[in-house]
Amino acid sequence: MALDAFAPWEDPNADPIIHFQNVTKRFGDFTAIDDLTIDIYEKEFFALLGPSGCGKTTLMRMLAGFETPTEGTILLQGQNIAPVPPNKRAVNMMFQSYALFPHLSVWENIAFGLKRDGMAKNDINDRVDEMLRLTRLETFARRKPHQISGGQRQRVALARSLAKHPKLLLLDEPLGALDKKLRQETQFELMDIQEKTGTTFVIVTHDQEEAMTVASRVAVMDHGKIIQVATPDAIYETPNSTYVADFIGDVNLIEGKATSKDNDKLSIAWAEGQPEIVGTPTTEFGNGQTVHFAIRPEKVAISAEKPEAANALQGKILDIAYLGNISTYHVELAGGQVIKAQTANNRRLSRRTFTWEDNVWLSFTDTAGVLLER
Amino acid sequence: MRRFSWFNATSLTLGFAFLYLPMIILVIYSFNASKLVTVWAGFSTKWYGELLRNDAFLDAAWVTLKVAVMSSSFATVLGTMAAIVLVRAGRFYGRTLFSGMIYAPLVMPEVITGLSLLLLFIGIGLDRGVLTIVLAHTTFSMCYVSVVVSSRLVSFDQSLEEAALDLGCTPFQAFRLVTLPIIAPAVISGWLLAFTLSLDDLVIASFTAGPSATTLPMKIWSSVRLGVSPEINALSTLMIAIVAVGVITASLVSKRAAVKQQKDERAAERAEAA
Amino acid sequence: MRRLTLIAIPYVWLLALFLVPFLIVFKIALSDSALAIPPYVPTLDLSEGWAGFTAFLSELDFENFVWLTEDDLYWKAYLSSLKIAVISTVLTLIVGYPIAYGMARAPQEWRATLLMLVILPFWTSFLIRVYSWMGILSQEGYLNQLLMSLGLISEPLIILNTNTAVYIGIVYTYLPFMILPIYSALEKLDESLLEAAEDLGCSRFTAFWLVTVPLSKQGIIAGSFLVFIPTLGEFVIPSLLGGSKTLMIGKVLWEEFFSNRDWPVASAVAVILLLILVIPIILFQRNEQKQREAEG
Repeated sequence: MALDAFAPWEDPNADPIIHFQNVTKRFGDFTAIDDLTIDIYEKEFFALLGPSGCGKTTLMRMLAGFETPTEGTILLQGQNIAPVPPNKRAVNMMFQSYALFPHLSVWENIAFGLKRDGMAKNDINDRVDEMLRLTRLETFARRKPHQISGGQRQRVALARSLAKHPKLLLLDEPLGALDKKLRQETQFELMDIQEKTGTTFVIVTHDQEEAMTVASRVAVMDHGKIIQVATPDAIYETPNSTYVADFIGDVNLIEGKATSKDNDKLSIAWAEGQPEIVGTPTTEFGNGQTVHFAIRPEKVAISAEKPEAANALQGKILDIAYLGNISTYHVELAGGQVIKAQTANNRRLSRRTFTWEDNVWLSFTDTAGVLLER
Repeated sequence: MRRFSWFNATSLTLGFAFLYLPMIILVIYSFNASKLVTVWAGFSTKWYGELLRNDAFLDAAWVTLKVAVMSSSFATVLGTMAAIVLVRAGRFYGRTLFSGMIYAPLVMPEVITGLSLLLLFIGIGLDRGVLTIVLAHTTFSMCYVSVVVSSRLVSFDQSLEEAALDLGCTPFQAFRLVTLPIIAPAVISGWLLAFTLSLDDLVIASFTAGPSATTLPMKIWSSVRLGVSPEINALSTLMIAIVAVGVITASLVSKRAAVKQQKDERAAERAEAA
Repeated sequence: MRRLTLIAIPYVWLLALFLVPFLIVFKIALSDSALAIPPYVPTLDLSEGWAGFTAFLSELDFENFVWLTEDDLYWKAYLSSLKIAVISTVLTLIVGYPIAYGMARAPQEWRATLLMLVILPFWTSFLIRVYSWMGILSQEGYLNQLLMSLGLISEPLIILNTNTAVYIGIVYTYLPFMILPIYSALEKLDESLLEAAEDLGCSRFTAFWLVTVPLSKQGIIAGSFLVFIPTLGEFVIPSLLGGSKTLMIGKVLWEEFFSNRDWPVASAVAVILLLILVIPIILFQRNEQKQREAEG
């Protein structure tokens, strides 16, 4: 029997730990958060993803208590948290700069929040030791922040913010300062710690790969609005807009006019001299309505002979980007449009068949792409 | 986005009131018609007239100016040399003593500096006058100049000088054509600092001046010891005005230069983008 | 060769006009005062060769230092200088910290102006800044006029020519020395540290004590020494604002020299003042060193 998947957002009876109700935040004339409503559930690893200036950091700072909403309410376990100052909230934050106190040792940094609660000395010792073990920092307890590496500092910041058993942990670009390899390792470490502690994590990031890796659900934001909230696979496979499709991963976007066909298919006229593209709509499109066809490069096959497929286009290879495990081909069609196709490099380079200027066929099934209204 | 909190606004207002009110009061009362300085008796500029007719003050001002120009110029040359030695000369015999002698005068009480120089001048039989004041002022202000200049030299990118040498300059040419123009602002502010220190100095000048020369601070000193006087108020106002005009002009000039540089950089970026 | 000239010119200048005078002070401190020109014996007579030099050495003694310990005027002057310097350093810190804090927390576009306003008094005459308080603090001065017209006092307060006036004068003239290092420490303070402290349960006030103050410690120490060291040997302020009861060592030295014309005792006073100053100067240097290491 398969384990029940963790998906409280699909359970209509589940109570969210965080509930944003029509929240708006304005700084002067600038609207950072625009009439936003969202639920976050207990034990979720929730990612806020978007370009800089999209409002994701403001959203997080409102949860921490450093900003108050201009309109609307934020509920934490059913309680309105607007009047609660940051130092009284059961919410802790891991800062982008880590904000480790330079005059205190690693141990004292982790103990800082516990001391504020007036915890007994022995309990503080136990809790700090536990956090040091959890983040594998036992040998660095006496060092000052400037005496440890960037990755270790990141773990101190995490340990410090987790030490107080927060109901909710906020992570502001927690891995932004690490190099790529360390970042990937740390992502798995974060997931591991989140699972062990059972804390609800809300992470802010502009790195879509990071969001996809760690999160149970991802909220894609733009201009103070949430464009789509869904699991990573749903965001990738069924984006609800060209914005999301384009923001997450690589995509070919083709605009055209829709014509209904029988058996629920849709035919798209998109360029003169090119065959119409056949796709499977998930919503209603009227005849002649504008439709955006989005298809991921890895779902476009490339071949020398014309294949048997619902869609097949002929073109010439313009560019090849060799990335080791995969290669991306930029194929120019007769009308000048460029379509990207991706193949896995299962064979060694010398055995591969296509090169620049080759005439090739691109093909995809009628369910490979997504049809979007905007 | 940030605004003043009420606490910060209050502490800044009170703090700057404390710093500036005494001088503002001094300026206002310099226009008092009454000889009784603390009683306001109507607006008058008569004390400025009295001041300009007072030869003793004018002589002292002239002596002070001469001393300040000479000592600050010598101090700038010597101090810049000392700064280069400190930053660039590497190790040499007696380097610790040298840097000690640069920094010690900065913290030395003026009474001790003055006393020691006086004892030297008497010991070698040098007649005290303008020359001895200039020597004394040069000595202590060259240390300030070298601190100002060396802090600029430390941040100076040495590869610029190496580039000049690579392109065929002699070391002296490299210094004159590349280093000096770049550290010039620090050298100029060093000169200004030495100039003000000299204008301002009472204690060292009193020890080293002797009977033949009196500087303006010494003249002011001998008259304010007897109490507040309207003429001194007028003189103070003139000195404050000169400093205020000087500093404000300097800051406007440097601000304009900064704005111009920003504008040029932006124009260059646009040109590149186009 | 050129390098040697470059080193030699400032080196010789400082040796001749800083170090040698200094050694002369030491030497005269060991001499006896005399009614002569110069007013001390022995004087070094090189025409008698080595014999003259040993005769000269044999006449030097620590009599003046003994004299300083016997006459309690000097003891009291040193102690009272120390006391005045400590108290005025603390007062300057109390007045200066909130100003530095306000500047560091001011909107970005204001900070350059505020900084200029703090530095501006440096360029105006020290003597005039001290003098400006004479008119305010005197018995019929502006402060008494204001307080009496407000009905807060009926008799004029006597402030001028007391130690209170000296404290006011010192705080006023040395305030920028306190503000600038504290400001530069506070300006570097990362504001997310304060948010982190609040996030971890601190009130604004505890965050200030646990984060802001420890992180501005270097600035506080630097500022305190910058006020304390020159205050110890201060002459102008106690002479103009202080009274006959205000004892400060700089003033004693000046009077010993100009009024009593006792050069050997004045020199001995100077030597002891210097010995007292060595300790805070070394401490100050170490603090600066530590700060440089922390930054580098």
